[in-house]
Amino acid sequence: MQVKAKQTVGGGKAAATTPGMSMYQVSLSYGASSPERRLILENITLDVREGEFLCIVGPSGSGKTTLLRMLSGLVKPTTGEVRFRGQVVSGPSRERAIIFQDYSKALLPWRTVAGNIALSLEAEGMRPADQQPIVAALLSKMGIVRAANQFPGQLSGGMQQRVQIARCLAQRPKILLMDEPFGALDAMTRQALQDEILILSGEQRMTVVFITHDLEEAIYLGDRVVVLGDTPARIIETIDVDLPRPRDQLTTREDPRFLAHRHRLFGLLRRH
Amino acid sequence: MKRILIGSILPALFIASWEISSRTGLLTLESLSRPSDILRAGIAGLADGSILVATGQTFETALFGLAVAAVAGIIAGAVLGLSPVLERVVDPTIEALRPIPAVAFIPLALMMFGFGISMEATIVAYACVWPILIVTISAVKAIEPRLLEVADTLEMNFVERLRKIILPAAFVRINVGLRVATGIALVVAVTVEIVLNPRGLGYSLMLAQQSLRVDIMYAQLLWLCVIGYVLNALLRNIGPASIVLSRAGR
Repeated sequence: MQVKAKQTVGGGKAAATTPGMSMYQVSLSYGASSPERRLILENITLDVREGEFLCIVGPSGSGKTTLLRMLSGLVKPTTGEVRFRGQVVSGPSRERAIIFQDYSKALLPWRTVAGNIALSLEAEGMRPADQQPIVAALLSKMGIVRAANQFPGQLSGGMQQRVQIARCLAQRPKILLMDEPFGALDAMTRQALQDEILILSGEQRMTVVFITHDLEEAIYLGDRVVVLGDTPARIIETIDVDLPRPRDQLTTREDPRFLAHRHRLFGLLRRH
Repeated sequence: MKRILIGSILPALFIASWEISSRTGLLTLESLSRPSDILRAGIAGLADGSILVATGQTFETALFGLAVAAVAGIIAGAVLGLSPVLERVVDPTIEALRPIPAVAFIPLALMMFGFGISMEATIVAYACVWPILIVTISAVKAIEPRLLEVADTLEMNFVERLRKIILPAAFVRINVGLRVATGIALVVAVTVEIVLNPRGLGYSLMLAQQSLRVDIMYAQLLWLCVIGYVLNALLRNIGPASIVLSRAGR
């Protein structure tokens, strides 16, 4: 099973073009001594192609978040290596933006919405005068212009997540790492944000790695879906999503291929 | 207003009976002056500027010492709060140094700096640095780790991280430490002046006592009382940290 997965993921096709990101035989365990040692991720080999929308699904607690944090550089693998455009990842970088699930904790509560977005620009040393038009553009792109001078605590969850996405876009990343970004939002807001993120990533041909436990969300958004099995997490399957773009909340979700993928993924995860 | 009136009944009665009993010869203690004399001495001291000069000297030293303690305490506290390893190394030393009364260093400070502002400010700084340091360590430890990860992914350097993430996030708690330290600063400055430094309000107090000007001594005590009250009210409403940090919280 594992051999098969590796072939599908890191096959000859990906080797021809340099992948955006790759993980090679990555494992992660916590705890120093052997009795407490806990293996979280086992032998993950994975390529993220430049410009693709890759979704990773798995049961909760399966190590999806840890995998994403390794891609960002916030967590270092115990063995194996993570590469970004051929370079070994040694720590976090402005080029890889990570959007956290708990948006309320990831925003600076003492800064306004505009101030939170500007943080990314300040960090790269941009002059305040140059920041303003960029912040204004991102505010309107994410539909939060009217909230510009409000504080995160005054906003709804969906709005706060929009602010976080805007801040990540402000750092002009080469890849967007999203950790169950819409998991805590209500269904309507979630669908609206799914479509917005599809438009955003399509516009800029942005590489996205998107973690979710929602199978339908993964199929709806992704070019490919990687399925993680639990404890220790390993890749059990990778599927190519052959659904046409632009995708539509109604017609895409009613497409027989959509339902077939859903059927297959559901079966895979139930077994594990 | 009503509460102030009710609250001032007791002091008014006290002062009145003090004045009456000393005028009628009921009280003849040398350590007691008359409220009317005290008031006169106080007005005279304010009018000739001697009290204000002494106040200026005391404040100058107290604030200087406090500023040194605040900068050192906040930076060291941030570093120790961020590094559990370093904190474990330094913590026993902190706990050993902290309980030493600051005034016990007066002889040593005198040898090092002689009389004057440096000696006094050093003692003040020593006394003030501990509450600031300890509060900052715990405040920084309590910062939401997500925010530090945001700083990581934005590749912020230490100064940026301190200014834009750590200090604003720890602001409320650090402010409490600074308030406590401000109170300590005034107490320690006056103490050092009383013990030996020939400047400021503490020295004026000693001078008045030694020249048996009990009225002046009481007037200055009263003045210290007013200063302490006003300072406390100011700190409660503004807080020193809000002045220092208001620019960071954009």
